[in-house]
Amino acid sequence: MDKDLKKIKVAIIGPGNIGSDLMYKILRSQHLELALMTGIVESEGVKRARNMGIMTSTEGVNAVLEQKDIKIVFDATGAKPHLQHAPLLKEAGKIAIDLTPAAVGPYVVPCVNLEKLKAESNLNMVTCGGQATVPIVNAIHRVAGAKYAEIVACIASKSAGPGTRQNIDEFTQTTAKALEVVGGAKKGKAIIVLNPAEPPIMMTNTVYVEVEKPDEKSIRASVEEMVKDVQSYVPGYQLRIPPILEGNKVTTIVQVEGAGDFLPKYSGNLDIITSAAVRVAEKLAIMILRGEIAA
Amino acid sequence: MIDNKLIHLVDTTLRDGSHAVSHQFTCEQVASIAGGLDAAGVEYIEVSHGDGLAGSSINYGFSAVKEEELLKAASGAIKKGKLTVLLLPGIGTIDDLKMAAGCGAKVVRVATHVTEADIAEQHIVIAKKLGMMTVGFLMMAHMVPPEKVAEQAKLFESYGADYINIADSAGAMLPEDVKARVGAVVDAVKVPVGFHAHNNLTLASANSLTAIEMGATFIDCTLRGLGAGAGNTQTEALVGVLNKAGFRTDIDFYKIMDVAEGIVEPIMKRPQLVRNAPLMLGYAGVYSSFLLHTYRAAEKFNLDPRDILVELGRRRMVGGQEDMIVDVAYQLAKKKGVS
Repeated sequence: MDKDLKKIKVAIIGPGNIGSDLMYKILRSQHLELALMTGIVESEGVKRARNMGIMTSTEGVNAVLEQKDIKIVFDATGAKPHLQHAPLLKEAGKIAIDLTPAAVGPYVVPCVNLEKLKAESNLNMVTCGGQATVPIVNAIHRVAGAKYAEIVACIASKSAGPGTRQNIDEFTQTTAKALEVVGGAKKGKAIIVLNPAEPPIMMTNTVYVEVEKPDEKSIRASVEEMVKDVQSYVPGYQLRIPPILEGNKVTTIVQVEGAGDFLPKYSGNLDIITSAAVRVAEKLAIMILRGEIAA
Repeated sequence: MIDNKLIHLVDTTLRDGSHAVSHQFTCEQVASIAGGLDAAGVEYIEVSHGDGLAGSSINYGFSAVKEEELLKAASGAIKKGKLTVLLLPGIGTIDDLKMAAGCGAKVVRVATHVTEADIAEQHIVIAKKLGMMTVGFLMMAHMVPPEKVAEQAKLFESYGADYINIADSAGAMLPEDVKARVGAVVDAVKVPVGFHAHNNLTLASANSLTAIEMGATFIDCTLRGLGAGAGNTQTEALVGVLNKAGFRTDIDFYKIMDVAEGIVEPIMKRPQLVRNAPLMLGYAGVYSSFLLHTYRAAEKFNLDPRDILVELGRRRMVGGQEDMIVDVAYQLAKKKGVS
């Protein structure tokens, strides 16, 4: 069998920082073939992709719609453009992986709920903080029952782009909701802090969970297992402080170092969301190749 | 000195002071303190969780009473003054701001770390649309040079802030640091400038006076100095100091002293002394509200609170990173255990 047949063709809309980082990660994938990088102007990102031998376009979403064999599309534009792209992609029979705050489809955190969502045509990647903390909340919830989950995400100032800065409420509100909907907590709260220290700090996330059954041994084992799951697609994800129990309160701290593909290593916050998006696409690609889901 | 210039006092006993009572204020306490401040003639009365609207959390401490109820209690007690709230983008949201406006808040101070003013644009623009007076509040101003503070103040001004508040959140500034930063901002913006001090190095009143000398016209203060770390500039003392220095505050000196002694002092959990740990906050340049969290971590991990604070300062932690106190304590304890 031709080796290429084992790959599913994908496209990226939005050749900015996120799109470029996705590109490097897809190029390493065994199951994904980057067939197209498309933007709306002749940008640095478009040139970079072309120089790497990837087909490019400045026709935006239209370029993707024309190509029947592209099955999965990463949207790394913005909330407003994605609202326009989503129905077009759906009509064209493509699966959309949405890295914008538009949240047309359900939230996905690959190590927690991807299995349940495999029939969806549009999946939203939540936020960087959500990708880093929902797995921990869920790991604790599945063994101890989460009554309340609260996270504090600290990101290097240099790694918070204009999109995050102009709408920081979106981060706190979306992340809090994902702690509930995906993580399983009855109530969620999210806080984000930007730290300008030089050299830039790694992304750190503190996860507090108030649990129903404070059993340290099972909580610790569950968290350690979940951390390994996340590490399988985000190698720089680390348990900085293993779960500490005080009464029914569990405190855990995780740190994310970026892979340094296109973005610097301190941009673990961006790395975790692009890594998670590629993981989602890979899992879906395998299902398509096995005929488990239609494409 | 015959100046008679009006200095606007912003009393934040019911916001910064909330740290010192671990956010346990009741509606009765809020109503009586806010009413007392109002009757004494205080213009701006700030009421919020210590970390701003929606600060009630595991990380910063849960409030005993819902913020909405506290704001309503204050609003009901204030006749002439303006109910003021604090909002830290990243913690509180526009929904929280709308809730506060609905409770009668007339002024919002939107606070960011001194280098991150651009995360507050959305909140300032919407507050203006809600008809509120809005203030751009730059925290931890000691951490960057005066030019940077001025650059960020100009950003706030461009979003529509009605005045810019420079905060020495760590109580780390010497009078010359205040001079340089407040002076740079006064030169850079057309709107008025304010100053927020902490008394960790026992310089709160002196620094406030220095800020006024450099052109600041809004000064933050709290009754009995009740606040994070070693507390803030003491409202009733500041009124006396400004009277003697020839400034106008339009506050009744006797009445404000009576509110401090009659209402605030009895509810204080401890005297607002410059003990060793708060002194170390100022010395190491650490966010003042880390204090009580640091005491707890020191006890849990059997450490000297000063060692935790020095390490937090070395790591250049900013306001809101209370979670890193446990991180530092854990790492220090681990190191101690190994050696």
